[in-house]
Amino acid sequence: MNSRGFYTLFYKEVLRFGKVWLQTLGAPIITSLLYLLVFSHVLEGRMEVFEGVSYSAFLIPGLMMMSLIQNAFANSSSSIIQSKVTGNIVFLLLAPLSYLEMYLAFMLAAVVRGMVVGLGVLVVGIFFVDLPVHSVVALVSFGLLSGAVLATFGVIAGIWAEKFDQLAGAQNFIIMPLSFLSGVFYSIHSLPPFWQKLSHFNPFFYMIDGFRYGFFGVSDVDPRFSLAVLVASLGILAILTLAMLSRGYRLRD
Amino acid sequence: MSAAITIAGVHKRFGNLRALDGVEFNVERGEFFGLLGPNGAGKSTLINVIAGLTRASEGAVAVLGHDVVSDYRSSRMKLGVVPQELVFDPFFTVREVLRIQAGYFGLGAECYPWLEELMSELQLANKADANMRTLSGGMKRRVLIAQALVHKPEVVVLDEPTAGVDVELRQSLWVFIRKLHEQGHTIVLTTHYLEEAESLCDRIAILNHGKVIALDTKQGMLARGIGRRMRVCITTAEPISALPPRLTEKLRRQQANVIELELDRDSDSVIDLLDEVRSTGVAVTDLHTEEADLEDVFVELVRQGRK
Ligand SMILES: Nc1ncnc2c1ncn2[C@@H]1O[C@H](COP(=O)(O)OP(=O)(O)OP(=O)(O)O)[C@@H](O)[C@H]1O
Ligand SMILES: [Mg+2]
Repeated sequence: MNSRGFYTLFYKEVLRFGKVWLQTLGAPIITSLLYLLVFSHVLEGRMEVFEGVSYSAFLIPGLMMMSLIQNAFANSSSSIIQSKVTGNIVFLLLAPLSYLEMYLAFMLAAVVRGMVVGLGVLVVGIFFVDLPVHSVVALVSFGLLSGAVLATFGVIAGIWAEKFDQLAGAQNFIIMPLSFLSGVFYSIHSLPPFWQKLSHFNPFFYMIDGFRYGFFGVSDVDPRFSLAVLVASLGILAILTLAMLSRGYRLRD
Repeated sequence: MSAAITIAGVHKRFGNLRALDGVEFNVERGEFFGLLGPNGAGKSTLINVIAGLTRASEGAVAVLGHDVVSDYRSSRMKLGVVPQELVFDPFFTVREVLRIQAGYFGLGAECYPWLEELMSELQLANKADANMRTLSGGMKRRVLIAQALVHKPEVVVLDEPTAGVDVELRQSLWVFIRKLHEQGHTIVLTTHYLEEAESLCDRIAILNHGKVIALDTKQGMLARGIGRRMRVCITTAEPISALPPRLTEKLRRQQANVIELELDRDSDSVIDLLDEVRSTGVAVTDLHTEEADLEDVFVELVRQGRK
């Protein structure tokens, strides 16, 4: 086990987004804040999703989770594609790092970015609204697991994509719609039955539903089930990633 | 004891293109080995296979006995590679880049003095805190070399380290690489400057269309048939209008009042030829001879390959 090698790659990845924090951390927090201001202003008082929970309070966990997962995905995928396009990925490929070490380093650094952005949204949000906390354990586990799932998906996308626009495609046609339609802005119970059913096939729905449970103790589905869905998703994606890496798919062709 | 690099029956195909077509040779420990060949011959592809950056379609490569696929950790620990392309990470400074690279190889603060030494050897010390983006091409090249050496690898492979480098830097790189070799590193060098290979390398392989077309010591290479040839340049007071037939046979080039002849060292005599020239009635004002060099050998071998 090359633990120093693993740690170095992890640290380098954190340093990479840390050096351009305004873009990688500041911008997504501002975006979430804008959503919060606009939607809560328009919908406050007209909608009560959970009993006794204001719409703004309902919205904040959703926005946190949405920015967490989008940034986890953005970090691993953009770092890998950038290294591939500029060619400096050779420095990594020349090093005695195993596939597992490489995967874990990229994934964990992306989770760190997702968590920092998520926390940033929370810190900004509680200026405006009081939020209860039902279960810290649930919040942390849903936060970490969701970040890990999207970070892993980002690693896959980064390895697969050969150009930046392919990555932008994945972001615009998969990540954005799935996160918008997962119940960030509404509870799926307010949807027509067909769309409700469909939402259950959206893994992002379980992330947001479970995360909200951590705040309010209320959720659309049993949080244990949501947790199981996330663990299974992470397992499948991680196996896929390691299989791609060990075959050298698009990295050592 | 295993060779520094063992290359056994390596093929690499990109679709229908055979970039490497059955390459097989060893680089011995402590050698200064030259890998030559025209553009597209497969030199970089072979280096990529050795470095584990691409997988061979067939065959196997080992570095100091460690297979580059199955025992990659050991093989990579022993190998330093300077890539042909000027690649760099625009997020970091020179010192950061070197520390990160050392970290990948499992090295921490204990190697920092070595990294500082590398930077000063390669005249990068005053650029240590400069961002990679702000460096000139020559400086980036030197950082690439430093990056390949962070873990003090026994075998160092340099893919055209002197391409696009000014004369002064080229010479200082030669001194640096020679020193590495004297310290016991095995060196593999590719270059398109044949005089560079001639002055540095002990043994040379010439690659063409993915095949090794010649593999010999430098002396062996030069002594090939081609090496018995000699070129003579004769300058006359005025151009010769009608060359005697014996000279026409040997003529390589004629330009105004200069003729260049190619002679066989064993059967031709320079004196006889001079007499032939004088017999045309023009005065000889200058004469010089040139031995065949690696460039002649190279051109000849590659040309034969094309036939
Ligand atoms: N990734 C790739 N996909 C397809 N073809 C490739 C790839 N890499 C190299 N080739 C082809 O393989 C052949 C050998 O290329 P290589 O880069 O090894 O040549 P080289 O000897 O290093 O040339 P140069 O002196 O120009 O650097 C070329 O025909 C090249 O086009
Ligand atoms: Mg090349």
